[in-house]
Amino acid sequence: MASLDIKLKVDASGLSCPLPILRATQGIKTLQSGELIEVVATDPGSVKDFDAWSKSTGNAMVEQDAADGKFRFVLRRK
Amino acid sequence: MTPAAAPDKRKKLVIICYSGELEKTWATMILASTAGAMDMETTVFVTFWGLQIFVKDKKRITGENWMQKMMSFMQRPGASHRKLSKMNFMGMGPWMMFKLAKKYNVAKPKELLEMAQAVGVTFLPCQMTMDMFGIKREDLVDGMGEPVGAATALQLMTEADSTLFI
Repeated sequence: MASLDIKLKVDASGLSCPLPILRATQGIKTLQSGELIEVVATDPGSVKDFDAWSKSTGNAMVEQDAADGKFRFVLRRK
Repeated sequence: MTPAAAPDKRKKLVIICYSGELEKTWATMILASTAGAMDMETTVFVTFWGLQIFVKDKKRITGENWMQKMMSFMQRPGASHRKLSKMNFMGMGPWMMFKLAKKYNVAKPKELLEMAQAVGVTFLPCQMTMDMFGIKREDLVDGMGEPVGAATALQLMTEADSTLFI
């Protein structure tokens, strides 16, 4: 797997809706355009929610996977 | 206001925050904060019982005359002091809700309100409600917009992509 240059990692494990999205928003606002954020969540609803958040904000989903009940999202700041 | 890379392309959401019960307060705050996070231009018009949510938590009594004071005494103002519309049981219901919220890492209305403000959500108090209940600007939480009326709310609603009455 090609290693991505992730600028910021946000652990939203255990948090319920809408906190993973709000934490990701707080995080991505500290980045420059084009930089990557990685968010890890355990809320199963976050899979659809991060997709919606990406579409709405224009922050592109670069990578997405799930393992052991953890959902990982890598997004690029618009 | 947050700087927008592509102005006019942002979706607009208007929420009329009319009710002050805990569960409805929660709904308002979840949707407002998330809409702000989704880069939607979000305005919340705060009126009637909804305005009680936005009185500072530590403010116990609001109003100038005895009736206004009595009204605030009977329904303790503040985002952290909301009652449930059912199963309130003298505060037992909300106490359990907050216990469960803590256990499942659900943000409380007060925290969501602060996050909503941090992502640029505009909260506009209703001037008429402020007058009727004797609530002053300094009684309300910091960072609220200028008080407005029904006409402003309606104009915002007609220009919005989505509107909610909670």
